[in-house]
Amino acid sequence: MKITQGTFSFLPELTDAEIRAQIDYALALGWAIGVEYTDDPHPRNSYWEMWGNPMFDLRDAAGAMTEVTACRKAHPQTYIRVNAFDAALGFETTRLSFIVNRPTIEPGFQLKRHEVGGRQIQYTIESYATQAPEGQRYI
Amino acid sequence: MGSQANRYKSGVMPYAQMGYWDADYLPKDTDIIALFRISPQDGVDPIEAAAAVAGESSTATWTVVWTDRLTACENYRAKAYRVDPVPGAPGQYFSYIAYDLALFEEGSIANLTASIIGNVFGFKPLKALRLEDMRIPVAYLKTFQGPPTGIVVERERLDKFGRPLLGATTKPKLGLSSKNYGRVVYEALRGGLDFVKDDENINSQPFMHWRDRFLYCMEAVNKASAATGEVKGHYLNVTAATMEDMYERADFAKQLGSCIVMIDLVIGYTAIQSMAKWARRNDMILHLHRAGHGTYTRQKTHGVSFRVIAKWMRMAGVDHIHAGTVVGKLEGDPNVIKGIYSICRDSFTKQNLEQGVFFDQDWAGLRKLMPVASGGIHAGQMHQLITYLGEDVVLQFGGGTIGHPDGIQAGATANRVALEVMIKARNEGRDIWNEGPQILADAARWCSPLRAALDTWKDVTFNYQSTDTADFVPTATTA
Repeated sequence: MKITQGTFSFLPELTDAEIRAQIDYALALGWAIGVEYTDDPHPRNSYWEMWGNPMFDLRDAAGAMTEVTACRKAHPQTYIRVNAFDAALGFETTRLSFIVNRPTIEPGFQLKRHEVGGRQIQYTIESYATQAPEGQRYI
Repeated sequence: MGSQANRYKSGVMPYAQMGYWDADYLPKDTDIIALFRISPQDGVDPIEAAAAVAGESSTATWTVVWTDRLTACENYRAKAYRVDPVPGAPGQYFSYIAYDLALFEEGSIANLTASIIGNVFGFKPLKALRLEDMRIPVAYLKTFQGPPTGIVVERERLDKFGRPLLGATTKPKLGLSSKNYGRVVYEALRGGLDFVKDDENINSQPFMHWRDRFLYCMEAVNKASAATGEVKGHYLNVTAATMEDMYERADFAKQLGSCIVMIDLVIGYTAIQSMAKWARRNDMILHLHRAGHGTYTRQKTHGVSFRVIAKWMRMAGVDHIHAGTVVGKLEGDPNVIKGIYSICRDSFTKQNLEQGVFFDQDWAGLRKLMPVASGGIHAGQMHQLITYLGEDVVLQFGGGTIGHPDGIQAGATANRVALEVMIKARNEGRDIWNEGPQILADAARWCSPLRAALDTWKDVTFNYQSTDTADFVPTATTA
């Protein structure tokens, strides 16, 4: 399967030039770029690992691309996303977030059904990848 | 004191002379201001008509009453202070009326509306009356909860950023069994939509009772979530005959793990505020379908404009509101829709007469309300939708998903691809208004569901004249 989190997951994987164009867009709006990675792509995993702090003072997309490249090199078999953070009043939140790296194989998720009374089912979604210990997923 | 004695002599007196007209009045920062479009009966002076509206929406009755003298009545009288002819509309006037804050109960849309639109719309000296806009003072806004979730928190909960959200209403709107209904929900979510929605009149009918629908829909939501790795949702409509029924349905939705429930505007302002409080207490996104609004918002001379309803709903506290598409099958002038979207989404809405917005409105930190565009829209219009409506909006393609020739999943995928490719192009600095059709055609080369969607609906447009349009046009400057 292909996890479709992020702004552009229904498109063919973005090239580095296309990633850079999106970063340029975000920087022009004054947003801060952050790079994050994880081996636990559960849809409610809010906190991916930060590849450093958001780059608040960065004005050139080349710097962000350097970090994307470095993160890919260090964590090739993980999901990596580029976030753009807007500190403007009334937003103060992520404004753009898209995946720029995926593991070779995406095993997807198991839907566990726990049947309780009255025909109700309590659902749990579990990543097949996280059934292996940290560091041994996606290898 | 002689004049006071004359003022309170028994009998009938023009409203303007009773103190409901004051051309020199300067509204206080804490006043509520209402702007009415009045159409006086032939021979009725517009200032007297405006004063009558002020009177009948505050303290007056048809005759003088001495009991006014037991009160600080000047304070309680609403004051018409400005009357302007409507440009290009003979016999119609914009009248500005200020109300002291003491006239209103805190945090109650029911009380606010009982005054402002309570009696006065049937008043005989007027042919017609329309509430066009209101300025709500910060002091009053702060007594309202506002949206339980708001745009920012909704996006963070859903983990979806940088693009409009995508939805669809299950069709046919009536008649499907719960199991078949859940099938439609699953296919649409699996194919790429974020939300599917009950229609306004899906409650608990003989063909599908609510508990059964909720159970099958949550199976569909969770299955689609596991298949895509995304947070998904279905607006479970909890509209019912009584508050007790609605609370029961909402509690069941929560117990099943739904992230969103839905209500219809027809349940009334008080019920909406009750559900808003319930939603805040239970971490639930609250979707509002504006069922019934067209009966009083559409005609320009009489009723309540939708921009006012949008303001009231942001105060009452819903997270989603159907607010027009511009390009779809339902009423929507581009400028008027922009004004309504500003009211939903701004932190501070600036006066903009061309968009029908008559007042600056400081929203005092009230959370933002996500507009929903629904009704007769399809993937081929994506560049127009994004240009008109921006990014913080739910685009709902019901027929445009379910009616796809290759099935519901294909329909959903076509919409999602069209959306992502257009956002990407916009961010890259391309002129999507003009290049949009080409951008879609290029994507259709690698995405066959999009190709089929474009082929099916390419010629579908709804080009009818809008009835609710702005009265002010941009003034050409001679620079």
